Amino acid sequence: MLLAASVIQSFAQQVVSGVAAGAIYASLALALVLIYRAMDVANFAQGEMAMFATFVAYTLITQFHLPYLLAFVLTILLAFAGGVIVERAVVRPFEGAPVLTLVIVTLALFSIVNGLAGLIWGYVFKTFDSPFPARSIQVAGVFVGIQDLGVIAVTLVVLAVVFSFFRYTRLGLAMRAAALYPESSRLLGVRTSRMLALGWGLAAAVGAVSGMMVAPIVFLDPNMMQPVLLFAFAAAVLGGIESPVGSVIGGVIVGVLLALVGTYLPGGQNLRIPFGLIVIVAVLLFRPAGLLGRREMKRV
Amino acid sequence: MIGFKRLAAVLATLALTAVACGAQQSGSQATKTDPGVTQDTITLGATYPVSGTASFYYSVAKGAGAYFEYINNEKGGVNGRKIKYIVVDDAYTPANTPAKARELVQQDKVFLTYGNLGTPTNLAVRDYYNQQKVPQLFVFTGSSVWGADYSKYPWTLGWQPDYVTEGKIYARYITQSEASDKIGVLYQNDQYGKDYLNGLRAGLGDKAAAMITDTATYNANDPVDMSSQVNKLKASGANTFYVAATPAYAANAVTNAVKNGWKPKIYMNNVSGASATWRGVVKGLGASAGVDGMISSTYLKDPLDTAKWGNNAGVKLFRDVMTRYGNGCDPSGADSFCISGMASAFTMVNLLRQAGNDLTRKHVMDLACCALNETDNPLLLPGTVVKTTKTDHFPVQQEQLQRWEQDHWVPFGPVLDARKK
Amino acid sequence: MTATGALNSSRLRASTIFPALVALVVLFGIPLTTDSFQTFQFANVAVFVVAVLGLNLLTGYSGQISLGNGAFMAIGGYTTALLVARLGVPYALTIPLGGLLAAAAGVVIGIPALRLRGIYLALATFALALAVTPVLNNFDSFTGGHAGVNMNPAAPPFGLDLSNEQWLYFLCWAVAAILFLPARLLIGSRTGRAWMAIRDGETAATANGISISFYKTLAFGISAFYAGVAGSLQAVVLTYINPDSYSLALSLSLLIGAVVGGLGSVWGPVLGGLVVVWLPYLAERAAGLHLGPLSFGGKPDIGFGILLLVLMYFAPAGLAGLAARAWRRYRRLRRGSGGQADGESETVEPEPVATAERQVEPDQMST
Repeated sequence: MLLAASVIQSFAQQVVSGVAAGAIYASLALALVLIYRAMDVANFAQGEMAMFATFVAYTLITQFHLPYLLAFVLTILLAFAGGVIVERAVVRPFEGAPVLTLVIVTLALFSIVNGLAGLIWGYVFKTFDSPFPARSIQVAGVFVGIQDLGVIAVTLVVLAVVFSFFRYTRLGLAMRAAALYPESSRLLGVRTSRMLALGWGLAAAVGAVSGMMVAPIVFLDPNMMQPVLLFAFAAAVLGGIESPVGSVIGGVIVGVLLALVGTYLPGGQNLRIPFGLIVIVAVLLFRPAGLLGRREMKRV
Repeated sequence: MIGFKRLAAVLATLALTAVACGAQQSGSQATKTDPGVTQDTITLGATYPVSGTASFYYSVAKGAGAYFEYINNEKGGVNGRKIKYIVVDDAYTPANTPAKARELVQQDKVFLTYGNLGTPTNLAVRDYYNQQKVPQLFVFTGSSVWGADYSKYPWTLGWQPDYVTEGKIYARYITQSEASDKIGVLYQNDQYGKDYLNGLRAGLGDKAAAMITDTATYNANDPVDMSSQVNKLKASGANTFYVAATPAYAANAVTNAVKNGWKPKIYMNNVSGASATWRGVVKGLGASAGVDGMISSTYLKDPLDTAKWGNNAGVKLFRDVMTRYGNGCDPSGADSFCISGMASAFTMVNLLRQAGNDLTRKHVMDLACCALNETDNPLLLPGTVVKTTKTDHFPVQQEQLQRWEQDHWVPFGPVLDARKK
Repeated sequence: MTATGALNSSRLRASTIFPALVALVVLFGIPLTTDSFQTFQFANVAVFVVAVLGLNLLTGYSGQISLGNGAFMAIGGYTTALLVARLGVPYALTIPLGGLLAAAAGVVIGIPALRLRGIYLALATFALALAVTPVLNNFDSFTGGHAGVNMNPAAPPFGLDLSNEQWLYFLCWAVAAILFLPARLLIGSRTGRAWMAIRDGETAATANGISISFYKTLAFGISAFYAGVAGSLQAVVLTYINPDSYSLALSLSLLIGAVVGGLGSVWGPVLGGLVVVWLPYLAERAAGLHLGPLSFGGKPDIGFGILLLVLMYFAPAGLAGLAARAWRRYRRLRRGSGGQADGESETVEPEPVATAERQVEPDQMST
């Protein structure tokens, strides 16, 4: 009896930790989904942009001594602006280019942003504080960190904002239209290129939130988002690469699965990254639209 | 078409001429003086992860370079010669290092290589350096293979205390202290982590199987989320947590342990010992209770502990050097890799001085491998002797245990010498 | 044969023989006139040329994006290293074996890849590249794990008076030259045309009776073979490999080498190999090797990224495309303004791949 209880408790603890980790993947996945909805491109540089924004927040807090909340909001705005600038300067010249070119462009962007961060702030780890206290509460013997709850809450809030934006605002509708039916939208007076810039700005802002959630957990350094990127992609693919809600669900599932695989599969702890590969491939093969994506018809 | 034929003829002639000239260049040239030494310079080289995910180790080179500049500018160099330190990037990828090694030896014509960083990256070029008889000195890694393989690779030498020895030190302490019967081990799934685990096991002897309740691993580029590993070890009933993980993962592991209500006695590997790391963890946790009492070891003085070392001449020197030549190294000592860089650079300079005017690779290597006897390193713990003999090729073998208290390490007990088994 | 046809064949000879002759002269001249570091680097160039030759077929001709060909190099590398170090097999034998094993893996991966297109294939192969190191690390009883595998250096055979580096150079370039021919022939053959048809429009290709599954899988298999051979060669050159040798960076440099060299061009892989090996070195030297707070760290990455963007914008067909454009302009100038119409077909070399054109295709959205 007691053994069963402790096994269940241990299992529950793993699940809870997995959900918390999953919220991290979900938050970056949200940004990936936004870009993909805008222009059918997987932005390999999303994590680096998020990292850069986090460094900006770090500078605001440590050098300009702004209170956390102010720095948080300011960073989001700056990240939005940054995303728009990147779209105009780097992505726009390649509008209409084939997929491979765009892949190379985002890889180049990865290099530039990472190098810039290293140049400006160096590679020594820095501590970045979380706005949430580090205590845990106990629920039926399972420890739930307040910080983790905070990350989950923030992710859900961002999701709600994004979701409502697309569903209930004119601008959001225009963005969706511009992405799905560029020609028709243009005819209807939608400024499609401006929508694209908006999409990148939004994605950068969402990414900034993700980075600021990640940094307290790992240390802040130019390479901190790279391990997250693969699982963010897995989460986005699993949830449906065009669905914000799906990406969050996907993130949670990926987080929990990773925790369980790590615990109950022999050698599973060392195979997290290959597991991410398996998730991506399995989903793309058997249900390419993901859990919540639309089934796409290829028009001949 | 005619123009084309003429062009081909010209090219063929050029080619034959090139071959004729070039053929004389092949083969090694016998030289009287070793390359890399001139009237006024000695050129040292090293491969480091200047870019990539391991680039935080680059601070070691910065610390060493700062000390060399200090020597050059304020001490007249080494026996009148200035040290030129060339550091090239191999991005911690052993596939890149062989080319970089040849770049240093053939192009930059370094006298010797000093402080190359990384175990696989050094293994990748160990054969090359030994064949070329270019010293691969004081490699910056805690692997024990350099000293252990000395007879096969006499041109390669380590410097810092190795991980296996450190593990044995912890094992000895664990068996001597109470309430630490059940150990859960977290280790990085590579030679670094395995060395620590093996050291622990060796030190525990036949009690190892009984005392180590469970182990958990991770790969170097995994997401920094040790929650499932920590949960696993906690569930195994361990009351001691032995952490052989690099700083980010170690900090995350300890934070997770505290947040999940696990209160083990913690043993932290020296690689992740920097005070700055644990101050950050304490700050994140809001209180030091979970980290207090954590045990690690050190072989260096900690400039951040101003109470203990504030007036120490060696630490003052460190601060001066980093302020004036720091290359970005924080003079307060927040980046412990700068400290170890300068400490080993001191040994390097001493060695070059010892070699006097007989600046041949062979002589320097003979001194390094078997005749080091340095007692005045400014940053190693007092009483540490950097020593090598004909049978002992592990230069630094002394460490002291230290305990974390609130915001700094408190060394305790004697400075242990792994030479005395 | 028409007049144009006759002109074409002599132009074929000129456009193929001329560069080939220059190449041969340079190839033999290099190891005898440079120091062993540069010779070693050029040996590495040959390794990458082989790998990029394969990737060029896969991505440039059959249009399948792969960010993961480093995985096939790993198979080749470990095949060679394990056979040589553990079983004492002569390394020369292991090279084709490495290629074949990698080719088998390529076919296995090519099959699910059939159902992935465009960005999804890029994502899946990206994940594959990341997975290589942990997998190699994990099965350590077989691969030796993180400790890696060490081999004895390959000494020149038959007692030739060459340094190790010179021998490696000739070995690698010989293999590259041997493998260059089949690649060139494939491009011009029916298989090459089938690939290009698939690349330029799968629906139309199927309508024309081309078996997509067969040709796409074949492309994966062949490109994996090339990567496997490259991996084997690389292991011989480096003499030590461990899981960290096959990082994501390796797969990405293959792709970037292919793109920068010129996808869908015959000589692109050679240019790509040169760039992949020499550019980082030049960037490091240009940024200065001085220690210092702003030294080096970060600068080459920024420069590299900007260079890539500039190249993709101005020369989407890569350096080979630039060279082809310059060559065409040169010939147009030589013929004079009143010369023949430019209506005659370009060289027998196939057109650079669709990356050169920036089209907005109607079915781009539904990929």
